Order: sequence, then C-alpha cells, then structure tokens
Amino acid sequence: MALWAQLDDVCVRYGPKIVMQNLTLDVVEGAITCIIGLSGAGKSTILRLLNGLKKPDTGRVFVRGNDITDMRERDLIDLRRTIGFAFQFSALFDSLTIGENVALPLREHTKMPDAEIRKLVSETLESVGLAHVEDRYPSELSGGMVKRAGFARAVVTNPQAVLYDEPTTGLDPIITHVLTDTIVKLRRRLNGTAVVVSHDLESIFQMADYIAMLFEGAIVAYGTVDEIKRSPNPIVQQFLQGSEVGPIPI
Amino acid sequence: MKVFDEVGQGTINAFAYAGGIAELLADAMRYIAALRIRVRETLDQSYLLGVQSVSIVILTSLFTGMVFSLESAVQAVEYGVGNLVGGAVAFTTARELGPMLSAVVVAGRTGAAIAAELGSMVVTEQIEALQSLGLSPTRMLVVPRLLALVIMLPLLTILADVVSIIGGMLVAGAYAHISQESFIASARSALPFGDVLKGLFKSAVFGVIIAMIGSYQGLQTRGGAAGVGKATTGAVVTSIILIFMFNFALSYILYGGH
Ligand SMILES: Nc1ncnc2c1ncn2[C@@H]1O[C@H](COP(=O)(O)OP(=O)(O)OP(=O)(O)O)[C@@H](O)[C@H]1O
Ligand SMILES: [Mg+2]
Repeated sequence: MALWAQLDDVCVRYGPKIVMQNLTLDVVEGAITCIIGLSGAGKSTILRLLNGLKKPDTGRVFVRGNDITDMRERDLIDLRRTIGFAFQFSALFDSLTIGENVALPLREHTKMPDAEIRKLVSETLESVGLAHVEDRYPSELSGGMVKRAGFARAVVTNPQAVLYDEPTTGLDPIITHVLTDTIVKLRRRLNGTAVVVSHDLESIFQMADYIAMLFEGAIVAYGTVDEIKRSPNPIVQQFLQGSEVGPIPI
Repeated sequence: MKVFDEVGQGTINAFAYAGGIAELLADAMRYIAALRIRVRETLDQSYLLGVQSVSIVILTSLFTGMVFSLESAVQAVEYGVGNLVGGAVAFTTARELGPMLSAVVVAGRTGAAIAAELGSMVVTEQIEALQSLGLSPTRMLVVPRLLALVIMLPLLTILADVVSIIGGMLVAGAYAHISQESFIASARSALPFGDVLKGLFKSAVFGVIIAMIGSYQGLQTRGGAAGVGKATTGAVVTSIILIFMFNFALSYILYGGH
C-alpha cells in the first residue's frame, strides 16, 4: 500500500496549549481517509500540516515521500498546486464573484482559454448543486451555498489529493448526499487521495476507506469502517454512539 | 530587572519586525525582478490607492502652502524681500513639504486600508486559501500594492507641490501684494530642477514604506476583528514614524545640508 502522506511523531502547540503530542498518521494513496474527533481536537490542524500551512513544533511531515517539514514557502506553494483544500468556513475571496473564485486556480495555473474556463467553472458549480451563481458575490449567498462554492474551488483543477474540512457540516441531507457522492466519484476518476474531516458519521461510513480517530492529541483508533465500528476502544464506541457516559470528558 | 527585560524584549521585537519586513520586501522584489506582475490588479490598486487620495492631497497641500505663505509673506515684505517669498515656498514645498504631506496623508488613508484589507483576509482564512491554491500572497496582493504606491505617491507629490505653490502664490498676492510674475520668477530661480526630482525620489521611498508596513502588519494579523483594528492602527503609526525618520536621513544624504 503506497502512502500519500505521513505525519511522523508530530507535536503541535499553540502557546501553552498542546494540540498534538507524538501523533503518527499514515494517509494511504488512492483512498479516502476520514478523520473524526471532538470539536477542538485538532482535525483542521491535521489538514493544515498536510499541505504545509502549519509547521509542526517537532516531528516530520512527508508528502509523496518528500519531507516538507522544513520546506521553504516558495516550494510549498508549488507543492500545494497538487493538493486541493476545501476550508471549513469556505474562505472564498470576498472581492471576487463565485465564478471568479472557482476560476482563479485555472486562470493562474493553466493556459486554458477563457471560454473553456467558464464552461469548466459552471460545470463544477453545477456538480455541487450550484447553477447560475457565477456572477454573485460570496456575501450574497447562503452559508451552505458558499460552502459548496469553496468545495468547487478546491476540486476544479482535478488535484491529485483533496483535503476536505467538514464538507457537509450544516448542509441539508440531499446536498450532503450529493457532496459525499462527489468526493467518492472524484477520488475514483483521478485515482487520487482524499482526506476528509467530518462529524457526519453517516456519510463517513458511506465513503471512508479508512477512519482515524483523533483524541487528546493522538490517533487512538485507525482502521476500515468495519474495524472502527467493531472497535473495542471505549473512546471510539462512546464517540460513535454520541453517548454522554464513557471515558470522554464532557 | 523588569525594565531591562522589557527593553530587551522590545529590541528583539524590533529586530524581528525589521527582519520580517525585509523578508517580505525581498520576496516581493523577486517577483518584480522576474516580471511576475499582475498588471490588472496593479492598475486597480493604483486607482484605488492613488486616485482616491487626490482630493485629500489637494486640500491638505493647498492649505499648507497658504499658511506657509501667510507666515512668511507679510514679514518678508516688511523686511523688503517680498521677491523671495515665491522661492521660499517653492523650495520648501518641493524638497520637504510636498513629499512629506502626501506621504503622511496616504499613510493614513491607504496604509490603513491595506492593513485592514489584508488583515481581514487573514482572519477569514482567505490568505491561507490563496496559499492552498498554490498562489503566493506576496505576488497576488503585496506586489500590486507596492508598485501602485511607488508609482502613485510621486504623482500625488507632484500634485501636492503644484497645489501648494499655487496656494502660496494666491495668499502672497492677497496679503502681501506680491505679483504672480515675481512669485513665479522667484520660485524658478530658487528651486533647482534636481531638487524636485530628489523630492519625488523620497516620495517613492515613502511609497515603499507605506506599502510594506501596511502589508506586513495586515499579514501578521492575529485574533479576529480586534486584531484587524490593532494591525490597522499599528500600520499607520509605524509608517508615519518611519516616514519622518527616513525623510531626515534622505534629506541629509540627498541635499547634504545644502
Ligand atoms: N491560530 C490558533 N491560535 C491558537 N489556538 C489555536 C489556533 N488554531 C487552533 N487552535 C487551537 O487548536 C485546537 C485544535 O484546533 P482545530 O481547529 O484543529 O480543531 P478541530 O478539530 O478542527 O475543531 P472543530 O471540529 O471545532 O473544527 C483548538 O483547541 C484550538 O483552540
Ligand atoms: Mg476544524
């Protein structure tokens, strides 16, 4: 099994607060890895480590075998072209229209003619259930629509790997289903890798090849959907059942 | 000793700050040297940052030229050297007042705007979004603002020079009955053209200062809306102080005390 990325013995602190301690995680290439964990556990931070937006205090980060831990920003910039990132809060550019947002990576990184860019942009937007919003600004759309536009921007270049930060949180069940489907289809089409952070257990069970559970700064469980469902770890079981009683402090 | 600790920490912070600015400037110069410039964005920024400062530059320089003339003209006429007023106004304006005034005004307006815009892009994760798309915030955001200011601030300074001298001329005529012809003749003979250029060179340097401090403070923003506010005030205060310091140093070097 080839690995797309590896977090090796990583520690992350924000000031005095320790977020990750000796965390090790393998991300399998060509698979969908889902990361679950409590709010504030550090799931978004894991995604940021994987594309070099955040540097670990100690430990190493490898992407496709390259050590990116000490890579210079200008080299990271090039690396990131091959990694899509759908942000938890979309992070659309508010000075650009939705169409311009999604078109930006194509305009900057490809020599695609304008008409083709337009076509691809509207197709990508349609695939996430957003038609005819190209000329609107992010502030003119609902939270869920903005979220989907951010999703479209992350995948429009067909990157080898895509990092999704809570792609379905706060969306209606139909769109949730559509996006879950899109993640699976996209991964298949490119034979690419996806890392999905989510609380949405139903869609995780639908799409995940592997699930990693993050708890108190470390990965406490890792395995296929069945393995996680049958995990004897009381932390995992409490999380899956959403129970108040168990080892997880509330 | 707490005092020494604080002074020590302050010194370290100042070096870190200067280092950060230098690094950002070097990164920007690399893109400029490689001609990886976004022309459209640069023009947009020139319009936003430059053209919109026109009215405020006109107003401040007009009144400064007028008050300068008011203070000097009446006395000069009293001492029988009314024919020197035009020279005095033009000389001071082109060498010092024009570049300084336009820089301070633009620092307050544009430096603040740059810091606020980039700062809110940081707190809404738009900067990280740029990076995650494989785009450099330096190339996309800093370089256009830097170029826009380096081009527009000298142009605004020319405007400030002209308006201030006209203001001085009107006041000199009204209060000290110095004719426009003698005012202009005096201005011409007192002000070497080289000094005008040196004044414009200074304002280009001020443009670099305003753009870099505004960008750096904006990009360093931490902690929500309050952080944006802090970055904005910080940018204005720091760039105005630096403008005064650099102005002295540059005047000393360029004019050599003459
Ligand atoms: N820039 C920052 N400065 C200080 N602390 C931070 C910063 N970013 C994250 N943290 C802290 O690090 C921890 C992990 O944050 P992260 O955003 O990775 O959590 P998360 O698992 O994605 O949470 P959620 O499910 O709520 O999105 C949190 O406790 C947060 O308070
Ligand atoms: Mg998160």
